[in-house]
Amino acid sequence: MTDNVEVDQDSLDLAKKFVEQLEQGNQQEADNLLTELTNLRETELFQELGKLTREFHEAINGFNSDDRMSAIAQDDIPDARERLKYVIEKTDEAAHKTLNAIEEVTPIVETIESQVSQLGVEWERFLKKEMNPQEFRDLSQKIKEYFFSTEENLKIIKTNVNDILMAQDFQDITGQIIKRVITLVGEVEKNLVNLVKLGGGVPTSESEDVTISKKVKTSTPGELEGPQIPGMESDEAVSSQNDVDELLSSLGF
Amino acid sequence: MKKDMKILIVDDFSTMRRIIKNLLRDLGFTNTTDADDGNTALPMLQSGKFDFLVTDWNMPGMSGIDLLKAVRADPNLAHLPVLMVTAEQKREQIVEAAQAGVNGYIVKPFTAITLKEKIDKIFERIDAN
Repeated sequence: MTDNVEVDQDSLDLAKKFVEQLEQGNQQEADNLLTELTNLRETELFQELGKLTREFHEAINGFNSDDRMSAIAQDDIPDARERLKYVIEKTDEAAHKTLNAIEEVTPIVETIESQVSQLGVEWERFLKKEMNPQEFRDLSQKIKEYFFSTEENLKIIKTNVNDILMAQDFQDITGQIIKRVITLVGEVEKNLVNLVKLGGGVPTSESEDVTISKKVKTSTPGELEGPQIPGMESDEAVSSQNDVDELLSSLGF
Repeated sequence: MKKDMKILIVDDFSTMRRIIKNLLRDLGFTNTTDADDGNTALPMLQSGKFDFLVTDWNMPGMSGIDLLKAVRADPNLAHLPVLMVTAEQKREQIVEAAQAGVNGYIVKPFTAITLKEKIDKIFERIDAN
């Protein structure tokens, strides 16, 4: 800022002299002063442009040399995309499992409902002694059939209720996946902020932030991987409960 | 194995706690309590006379593996049967859990049948000894 004030002062002096010479009719001298004034302006412009170019260059270099940032671009973002696709698959699957179970159970419940109300009416007639022996034999047969069919129907309902219960396991798996993606988005945001700071030429504490974020992803032994995504399983992971059982039995379990 | 044994279910996702609770109820185990991480679970175990622990691995606060280690290190809890139910399926981790003294290991997503099998197996061994 102080630079600008000095330059302005120089320009002002030159401009005053330029006007003076013009008033005195010294065209040649005035032209020289005008050239000098233009040169001064251009120098300043080139200096600014040079500074801007250098900052831009540094920003790009900083961006390229940041391993974490390129790892994010090359691996983590595609990885997150696959993870999120898996979240859609899991939620879709869970919704369908639940809806299928409901669709299977609903007509059964309606059948039981109508059987109960029909038997209730006839039972009422029996209690009021409005039923002849043949009608009672029929009712007795109907009740027997009702018990038999309801027993079967309740088994189907129970199986479906259990399916609905198990369908909810998507929430745990997708929750873990989404938490990981949230962490990644936070990291990308931090790196982008650093880039903007660099590009803007504002002094920044970029180096320390970036080092922290680099540490986040470094694969250390014992690091938790969370749910495996189909098609992108880790080599170090088992693929089924059977594998777990085999591994454990090899350890003497 | 008694059906009225006291079971503690530890998982940071409440849906998973409810699923396990319901599955256990279907298997006849109705005396269940739950906690959302190791830090909450450990004092409950220490004061509550539990017969069986079912825990997740990856939880904020105290993880399942640290809870398992703390249980094994506590003379009053050292023999408590522990079943781990987790999405962690790296070999290294399964081995670590085995070395820390886990009694069973189930990877998510799992089925009701798997849960029953593992529980039966754990208590068969315990009853045999």
